[in-house]
Amino acid sequence: MSAVPVTLRRVVELEIDGQTVRAMEGQTILQAVRALDVEIPTLCWGETLTPVNACRVCMVEVEGSRVLVPSCARKVEPGMVVRTNGDRVRHSRKMVLEFLASSVDLSTTPNAARWIEEYGAEPDRYGPAAPPAAAGERDRAHAGHHHPGDGQTAATVAQPVKIDNESYVRDYSKCILCYKCVEGCGEDWQNTFAIAVAGRGFDARIATEFDAPLPDSACVYCGNCIAVCPTGALMFKSEYDLRHAGQWDEERQTQTDTICPYCGVGCELTLHVQDNEIVKVTSPLDHSVTHGNLCVKGRFGFQFVQNREKR
Amino acid sequence: MDLRLHDTEPTSVERAAVDGVLGPPATAWEGAERSPLDGRVASTGHAARAQRHLLLPTLHAVQDRVGWISPAALDYVCKRLLIPPAEAYGVASFYSLFALEPRPATVAHVCTDIACMTRGATDFCKRLQDAGVDWLESPCLGMCERAPAALVIEAGEEPREAVLAPASVDSVVAAMDGDAPEPEAPEIRQATGLRLLRRVGLADPTSLDSYRAHGGYSALRAAFELGPAGVIREVTDSKLLGRGGAAFPTGRKWDAVARHPVRPHYLVCNADESEPGTFKDRIVIESDPFALVEAMTIAGYATGCEHGYVYLRGEYPLAWKRLQQAVTQARARGLLGDDILGQGVRFDIELRKGAGAYICGEETALFNSIEGFRGEPRNKPPFPVDEGLHGKPTVVNNVESLLNVLDIVLEGGAAFAQIGTEESTGTRLFCLCGCVQRPGLYEAPFGITLGELLDLAGGVLQGRELRSILLGGAAGVFVGPDKLDLELSFEATRAAGATLGSGVVMVFDDTVELAPILLRIAAFFRDESCGQCVPCRVGTVRQQEALLRLANGKPRGGVKTELALLGEITTAMRDASICGLGQTAANAIDSALHGLNAFPTEEAM
Amino acid sequence: MFGAGGGTSSYQEIEETDLIVLWGSNARETHPIFFHHVLKGVHAGARLVVVDPRRTSSAQWADNWLGIDVGTDVGLANTIAREIIHAGLHNREFIDRATTGFEEFAANVEQYTLEEGEKITGIPAEIIRDVAHAYARADRAQICWTLGITEHHNAVDNVLALINLALLCGHVGRWGSGLNPLRGQNNVQGGGDMGAIPNRLPGFQDLEKDHEARTKFERAWGVEIQPRYGWHLTQMFEAMERGDLTALYVIGENPAQSEADTTRAWELLEGLGHLVVQDIFLTATAELAHVVLPASASWCEAEGTVTNSERRVQRVRKALEPPGQAHDDIEIIAELGTRLGYPMGWSTSEDAWTELRSLSPMHAGMTYPRLEELGGIQWPCVDEQDPGSPFLHGRLWADPLEGPPAPFHAVDQAPPVDELTEDSRATATRRRCAGRRRSTSRRRTASASTSSRASGFRSPRAAGP
Repeated sequence: MSAVPVTLRRVVELEIDGQTVRAMEGQTILQAVRALDVEIPTLCWGETLTPVNACRVCMVEVEGSRVLVPSCARKVEPGMVVRTNGDRVRHSRKMVLEFLASSVDLSTTPNAARWIEEYGAEPDRYGPAAPPAAAGERDRAHAGHHHPGDGQTAATVAQPVKIDNESYVRDYSKCILCYKCVEGCGEDWQNTFAIAVAGRGFDARIATEFDAPLPDSACVYCGNCIAVCPTGALMFKSEYDLRHAGQWDEERQTQTDTICPYCGVGCELTLHVQDNEIVKVTSPLDHSVTHGNLCVKGRFGFQFVQNREKR
Repeated sequence: MDLRLHDTEPTSVERAAVDGVLGPPATAWEGAERSPLDGRVASTGHAARAQRHLLLPTLHAVQDRVGWISPAALDYVCKRLLIPPAEAYGVASFYSLFALEPRPATVAHVCTDIACMTRGATDFCKRLQDAGVDWLESPCLGMCERAPAALVIEAGEEPREAVLAPASVDSVVAAMDGDAPEPEAPEIRQATGLRLLRRVGLADPTSLDSYRAHGGYSALRAAFELGPAGVIREVTDSKLLGRGGAAFPTGRKWDAVARHPVRPHYLVCNADESEPGTFKDRIVIESDPFALVEAMTIAGYATGCEHGYVYLRGEYPLAWKRLQQAVTQARARGLLGDDILGQGVRFDIELRKGAGAYICGEETALFNSIEGFRGEPRNKPPFPVDEGLHGKPTVVNNVESLLNVLDIVLEGGAAFAQIGTEESTGTRLFCLCGCVQRPGLYEAPFGITLGELLDLAGGVLQGRELRSILLGGAAGVFVGPDKLDLELSFEATRAAGATLGSGVVMVFDDTVELAPILLRIAAFFRDESCGQCVPCRVGTVRQQEALLRLANGKPRGGVKTELALLGEITTAMRDASICGLGQTAANAIDSALHGLNAFPTEEAM
Repeated sequence: MFGAGGGTSSYQEIEETDLIVLWGSNARETHPIFFHHVLKGVHAGARLVVVDPRRTSSAQWADNWLGIDVGTDVGLANTIAREIIHAGLHNREFIDRATTGFEEFAANVEQYTLEEGEKITGIPAEIIRDVAHAYARADRAQICWTLGITEHHNAVDNVLALINLALLCGHVGRWGSGLNPLRGQNNVQGGGDMGAIPNRLPGFQDLEKDHEARTKFERAWGVEIQPRYGWHLTQMFEAMERGDLTALYVIGENPAQSEADTTRAWELLEGLGHLVVQDIFLTATAELAHVVLPASASWCEAEGTVTNSERRVQRVRKALEPPGQAHDDIEIIAELGTRLGYPMGWSTSEDAWTELRSLSPMHAGMTYPRLEELGGIQWPCVDEQDPGSPFLHGRLWADPLEGPPAPFHAVDQAPPVDELTEDSRATATRRRCAGRRRSTSRRRTASASTSSRASGFRSPRAAGP
């Protein structure tokens, strides 16, 4: 009788902040640390995504390493000595938070304000924000060429919000370039590759080809990019509208898990309901069917229970 | 895979450019006339997706032919290579030499980088501007010994590239009108002590026979005598350290790949020489290309690689041509291919051209670039010896590192280790440029002092005063005239808090203002940061902004506050960036601020 | 398959297999999240073969797309089978131990030479050979299909032809190898599980043949159950035509629009003596009804369970208050029972589920708390210690074999109902949409089901701020 295969994993012993810790081979430092209930901030890390370790807010010190290492990507090794909160670590986190907060709108990034305070980040010390870019300006930036300005204002990624479809909005003023949307749209899950990182350096941005509007792009509106966006740069239009009307109120919302009514795959939905209206649909990251992903039907196809007058 | 293309028709010229690289399309799904079979079967799975590594050469072909990459051309490239348009756009827009908006077929890229700045580049650009020439700013073109430099590129059926160095308004204008001078042969202004450079200027770089007449291919025979393990033993015994900047023991790297059970193994020669002030790889390849081909063959033989790549920076037209000729000749003579010298050894070399991205000199970014992805560095570990190009065990060596192998194999590792110092064996190529009498490429055993090296180049210009020396390029360290006794070896420079980096020794005298040099370095890193990680992407901008405030005399909260801020930025970039670019992007500036007191604080004034 | 109507494998297995055949399925568009699992497998190195008359978006991912003539599925499968046998690539040991009917099957496919296969399907013999060898040589292989296989007049033969291939190579009953029909609509699988089919009691217990099971239900329900199969939908319409069926209770179905011949369906429904429609919309069928019972949306305004294509029983939960007079289906049915003089003794979905568990052995271990905790459970799950069954038919690999052997079925290529003409191939699949075979592909929100859910809002594809 054949059986479900089991992967053998060894136990690795390492030291974290002076404590001896046992972790499974193949786990990351982040996983080992979180098992201790110690917080390491993360932004670009996603539990269903390949680590890109781009944001560098989760850096920790590993003895013997010349530089800090990204805890989200680095695997535990036997005998590793890790420090999660030393001066070097705290300095680097503070600076990363300052760099982000001085260049990106973090107003809808969960935990950002708390971390900024906790690490003593002072984003204002880089001067007042430079004026926002005109629509499309950042999308046309040529690699290797920039306008340096005079240093009196701090360069930012501020630009007009992109609203070109009825499902979701793209507010790249809030984009920290964590790559998560690209991974969710790309090889990690959806494999539609409607968006990629374009350009280079500070002018790097998430873009369709030649900045084509979403309806002209490969986008299939699965919304798997919104699901992983850590800053609210990608947002349900329903949420965006409610926020703009000052009516978005998470306190008043319930979250209920159910199963998508469309095909027979059985995708688990989490319905976010405010005032008996579905305002957003997500899926649990740890569900074996979806791993947090949905298609356009599951994600956006809920309006039929809300068209009350039609029923 | 299922692509959503825009169904825009490329022009026949664009189509021909793409087909020139990829061959005509085989099926209607790729753009051929529809055949009955197309309605029955198609194979657009793994094999088709594995073509992605042809993206960069294909984009080059379009750029070279048309002068820019139009949406329709990109669409066709995507159709042929089965690459999602957004991804292909992401790649194309990563490189500064590719244009994604229409522009004139002929463009002058004028070097505004630091070595050229010491030779009047800033004025030169103004004169170009006044003359109404259409030009683009360029980072270092690697022509520093003949600064100032310009590279004129003309797209067309017969694309032309002309390097002008030293460049003048007239020569640029003439070159843009199609009247470019013949490329000049590199000149070595050093009579004795040449090992790596011994054939430069003597052997004909276009002739395999000439190379052989000057001792070429005796090392490969010696290697076959030694056997793969023997070669690795000699390289290990030679204590050769990598010349690309990280100074990793070459023997250990080779041994790790040779022993790796995963196949295939790849060999990559990193010739993406882009460190401002560096031109050694260019000179070697332009004047002794077969030496690199032979050295790579030995490396491939020793480490079990059947496939080697040379990744050459895109701004080196002559080196590209020479290397192509060398590989073609070697292949024709059975020195590359399936049965080298009848020994049953299989090895061949593929050439790849960069497209204007300093970051691609970082080894893992280089892999991504070859594979047809954005040239963004990968996280390490895994290291290339385990998971490198195409995820396979990979030996990646700098040009200069590889060249040393020829002598090691011929003389034996022990004899090689006698040259230089205890820890830094052999000789080193030094790129002397800036304010020296005879800028150029010099070779000296490790252990030579900075002062001795400057003397080789005739010292500073008559009547000038030495102010500072930048060691190792933009990612290196400034030292003052008090450091002329510094011994140039890995260990001594490390102990002094300096670096040899890529062998740049750039000299600044009293006619050169330091602040604009620092601003140019800051601008360089802002331009060349790939943008992947926050510390480098934003740190390089904040560094530049702070320097601008200092240079303009408008610091926020005083000079001391700004210097402290820059110090904090430096630390964060050094500690938390993904790759060497970000980790070193503040080094030179930091050394100038502190070692040279570039911006004296209020108290000091 | 071999008794129980469900796919044999878990989605996870699609990620851990070496060859995936999508046959008559455009999962990329019709089952996008299932296709995520396919792509995980493909990225891990699995070869993908897609059999479909159209080069669908799924086919564009394939290492081999086989654009067969519509309705030649059996011909292709039999050609593949013959080639495997002639190349000696069939799993003789497995066949001998775990199957019956091989000799007859082998004799039957003998006529399907590669040349004949090419003639039937239009696919070059070379390619058929290549795919046959790849399937047989793969260590693990999956065949998945959708309506391109099942919505045919000879759908049963189509399915049997695919099962034959799996038996031939031993590609079933092992982790990573299996046969998977992808369910077109949410809870098609669950409907069957719960006995909403004319020949089975809940838990796929045979209504006619399994006397013991029937008795068990009769005892539990205190009623006598007719010991014979009921009518399926086609038979119901035939009965209406004959005048044998005069009253119809339609729950969540819209036959006035979903039947192939809508004119006929419309006329017959209109002619009924009594038509009750219970739905969340006033559908075209509801408009014909004598009584309409407004229901709540089962997936977000009610509690209950559904079963997906990997046999996973999953909880649906109430997130919204239903509008107006709408009620939960289960309340309506219970109330109806009461009013008809048969109080069912339960009023909540969990009550009904608990009763089901006591009667259906394959669901016995699936308490609501366990369904909650485990994120759904794959049947069979016989008791509360049973984690459920990621794949079926592992028994075929037991030595000696446990249970009955799996039978080969000799089936033959039958010509399509509508004769193909030379120039009709391109439009054939469109005809399939209009005719008895609905296209399996290109369904987005805007066109799912009979558009009842989607017609109230604009497609997200509709552009413009």
